[in-house]
Amino acid sequence: MKILSLNFLTCAVKACKSSSDSYPLHPKDAELVQDEIEVNAQLLVNLLPRLDWTALSTTATELGFPALPPQPPSAEDLQADDKTLRDLHNLLMETQIMEGKLVCGNCGHEYAVREGIANFLLPSHLV
Amino acid sequence: MSRPEDTLSADIHYDDTEARKYTTSSRIQNIQASMTHRALELLDLPGPSLILDVGCGSGLSGEILSSIPPEEGGPHAWIGMDVSASMLDIALQRDVEGDLMLADIGQGVPFRAGTFDAAVSISAIQWLCNAESSEDSPTARLSRFFGGLYASLKRGGRAVCQFYPKNDDQKKMITGAAVKAGFGAGLLEDDPETKNVKVYLVLTVGGGAIEGSGGDITGVVRGMEGVDVLDARRNQKSGKGEIKKGSKAWIMKKKDQMERKGKVVKATSKYTGRKRRTAW
Ligand SMILES: C[S@@+](CC[C@H](N)C(=O)[O-])C[C@H]1O[C@@H](n2cnc3c(N)ncnc32)[C@H](O)[C@@H]1O
Ligand SMILES: [Zn+2]
Repeated sequence: MKILSLNFLTCAVKACKSSSDSYPLHPKDAELVQDEIEVNAQLLVNLLPRLDWTALSTTATELGFPALPPQPPSAEDLQADDKTLRDLHNLLMETQIMEGKLVCGNCGHEYAVREGIANFLLPSHLV
Repeated sequence: MSRPEDTLSADIHYDDTEARKYTTSSRIQNIQASMTHRALELLDLPGPSLILDVGCGSGLSGEILSSIPPEEGGPHAWIGMDVSASMLDIALQRDVEGDLMLADIGQGVPFRAGTFDAAVSISAIQWLCNAESSEDSPTARLSRFFGGLYASLKRGGRAVCQFYPKNDDQKKMITGAAVKAGFGAGLLEDDPETKNVKVYLVLTVGGGAIEGSGGDITGVVRGMEGVDVLDARRNQKSGKGEIKKGSKAWIMKKKDQMERKGKVVKATSKYTGRKRRTAW
């Protein structure tokens, strides 16, 4: 599970749809790997306005990364500054949770992650 | 021909043996690749995008999304949902670039609003119509899927779902559920009336900045090779706008289209959908 995906995933439990605590999911006992992936600057520029920077900062801190800058970079920053681009690329696209859990802050449901694949199957009473 | 969709659930049908057989067949690889290219053509994405691959399986569709070169607006990033652990396992072994999750689309699409630029689904959503149980029904599953898909797409976004309907009723049930969720919807058939017919459900999410572009299904297929759209704004210079759906002119035009390959055979909108809601 890439950190990119974590910035968009919410708890799937029906009762959590209306709760703001169900996003972002919180990684627990996470084992991380870094994959080398080619930088796609245009993709990042496209995604930038859709990122939830506050949630991304929370995730980064929870995973033990240094704090992110308080404000997201602008599209111009990404295009002008290679380091900013690479840092964001590294966090969103190259960093993956291989094993561990994603926990909902509202209902406490734990989504297991195995071999990088998060299991979002729910027992039917939670759908 | 028997359809596993009618008797089994997808996670049971796609076990380790079937997943391997499916993925290593070069015939299947070619068909899935060409349908994914067709779906991308219909999505008409302006640049590298974040795409949801619904029922991504072992990644035959997703790897096409990753392989689009920059000159053609790619490569795209994708997140794949699939209910078969065996299919996902093969995707892992094949080292696909998309992010994978084990999930049942009939339970919903758990992403925050406006996550994706677009969605594709290749040969998967007919599975939503299978086996009624005491706990769940195809109607409820379709509604959770399309409702979740609609919300997870950005305004002005599109989805293209190629699927294998069992019959006309199933086609209607699926299209109806999409319209009910708020999509502008159209059905497009390649190679109609042959055994290789391919059905594409083309969906648009309204709310694009330019009036008439976002939710307008006809805009999606406009200008496509071999595809005619169900309005005549392109041809009509009178400024009268589109031929009214259901009018004689419209039916004539539609008949005309029936003779061509890659035709739009049905277009529905939110509004036609509303009128007919009781029927579904
Ligand atoms: C014919 S395969 C297509 C896979 C891939 N899109 C391709 O083009 O090769 C259909 C896939 O849909 C998946 N599927 C069926 N029902 C599903 C559901 N309810 N939720 C998620 N995936 C589902 C199956 O597990 C299977 O992997
Ligand atoms: Zn929850």
